[in-house]
Amino acid sequence: MRIFLEFEKPVAELEAKIEELRRMVGDDSISVADEVAKLSEKADRQLRTIYGKLTAWQKTQVARHPDRPKASDYISALITDFTPLAGDRAFADDAAVLGGLGRFRGRSVMVLGTEKGSDTESRVKHNFGMAKPEGYRKARRLIELAGRFGIPVLCFVDTSGAYPGIDAEARGQAEAIARSIEACLGAPVPVVAAVIGEGGSGGAVALASGDAVLMLEHAVYSVISPEGCAAILWKDSAQAPAAAEAMRITAEDLKRLKLIDGIIPEPVGGAHRDPQAAIAAIAAAIDAALQPLLKLDGATLISRRRAKFLEMGREALA
Amino acid sequence: MNWLTEYVRPKIRTLFGQRDVPDNLWGQCSACQQMVFNAELDKNLRVCSHCGHHMRVKATQRLSWTFDGGKHTRIDLPKPPVDPLKFRDSKRYVDRLKDYREKTHLDDAIVVAHGTIGGHRAVVAVMSFDFMGGSMGSAVGEGIVAAAKLAVLQDAPLIVFTASGGARMQEGTISLMQMPRTVIATQMVKEKGLPFITVLTDPTTGGVTASFTMLGDIQIAEPGAEIGFAGARVIEQTVREKLPEGFQRSEYLLSHGILDLVVKRAEMNATLGRLIGLLRVKQLDAA
Ligand SMILES: [Zn+2]
Repeated sequence: MRIFLEFEKPVAELEAKIEELRRMVGDDSISVADEVAKLSEKADRQLRTIYGKLTAWQKTQVARHPDRPKASDYISALITDFTPLAGDRAFADDAAVLGGLGRFRGRSVMVLGTEKGSDTESRVKHNFGMAKPEGYRKARRLIELAGRFGIPVLCFVDTSGAYPGIDAEARGQAEAIARSIEACLGAPVPVVAAVIGEGGSGGAVALASGDAVLMLEHAVYSVISPEGCAAILWKDSAQAPAAAEAMRITAEDLKRLKLIDGIIPEPVGGAHRDPQAAIAAIAAAIDAALQPLLKLDGATLISRRRAKFLEMGREALA
Repeated sequence: MNWLTEYVRPKIRTLFGQRDVPDNLWGQCSACQQMVFNAELDKNLRVCSHCGHHMRVKATQRLSWTFDGGKHTRIDLPKPPVDPLKFRDSKRYVDRLKDYREKTHLDDAIVVAHGTIGGHRAVVAVMSFDFMGGSMGSAVGEGIVAAAKLAVLQDAPLIVFTASGGARMQEGTISLMQMPRTVIATQMVKEKGLPFITVLTDPTTGGVTASFTMLGDIQIAEPGAEIGFAGARVIEQTVREKLPEGFQRSEYLLSHGILDLVVKRAEMNATLGRLIGLLRVKQLDAA
């Protein structure tokens, strides 16, 4: 069963009609083929139109879509010889942060990803992608490990934010995030991050302070959730659509503000409609971002990365 | 405690009611609700003489208490674009900024100065909770970076007094990017062999805590300060249980290994001076 978002309703209705026609007369009956083709074309057109002008709030829904490919989907499709590495060497292994060595297009890489899970069981296991200090400490450990062996780091970012829990605070959530950012910024190897769904606040920056920060076309990257912002500034979380708009959280806005380096186009109707196409697009974008970085030495990478972040926010939106 | 606190104050409190007390004469401690003479409070560095509560203070006051003899020179900070997103909620962000500038006589939520502490040259940045809850946007980020550059230039340690409710939401993802930007500032100081000391004051939360604040070579807090990443209410809603006693307070963080020291305001200058002296062995040997 496909899950439709509210603004996809016209498409949902058309697709339901197509389904019904097909069911009525069996799969490839000639009598309805014309009608099905016509309806399919119409549904495609609708989808293209809707997705061509998604609002920031609609993109937030797409970014959170339950069927959207997760970090684990990209890792299993793009990384060969993937060897997961666990633990922060101090307290625990955090399943919200995937990490390990593998090969991307034949080259040895360190892979990190915040993993939301794709069904109830895996969502619980991965704590809905909300990492605890041990997750960020694992990330830091693996980034430093990659640095020592000259291995580029690839991060897949998809989290609503760091876990807000008593245990997380008690174990130094803030310190763990700060150290992970520090590790990204100090890595003498290329760090390429892709925001694939939600880039939620400090929990996302912890894995996205890299040389190249890419965003999928319908991903969002934000300092606070639109609901949270609306609750505080509008005193009404129902104003989330307005907050989403005002905070400029879409890939397009962030590229214009020069806070990210590239936008990865998604298949029509979003990555969840055609995960294979999304995976191929991400692979091409990561490769294109990585190639020029591989030619630079560690010191150059670090100083360029610093200069890039220090330049941010110095230009206003025209 | 003296006869005045014992007998006179409660009476005055009932006489005037809370609202009618002229605020230039009397203040009220938010922790123990006792009335305190404002003149006495200032003498006590705005620490309640009844319960020891460390009240939130103006950034300018903090500067004069931190440096030797109160002597310091404030520096002009870079001015990033105002309202880069043209943000508007119930009010325009530009108007909010204007109001806070008038109210606080500050450009934004941070001031930076240099002077001496315990005889050692030092650069001090102080965040102001008065200014939009000490929220971190471009201006605060620029302030931290500028303070780091000044510290490097002066071959002096950098000390940052933090006070923040978190990110400046009105600057969207630009405010989020102040996390890596301020972390870079700490790296600039540290790689020159200069001490980076953070002093966490009430409250220090959100992105400010999870960036430069937690990267101090030494991390100090004032007593009883609220310190954390996530807000207490958000945590309560998430875990659906009562938060432990003293949760996210300085003493809690100290016992959980996240801070080096909890230091009373009256001892801050002496403690900082001593620490800088102890850390800067290399400099003295070279001299
Ligand atoms: Zn008191």
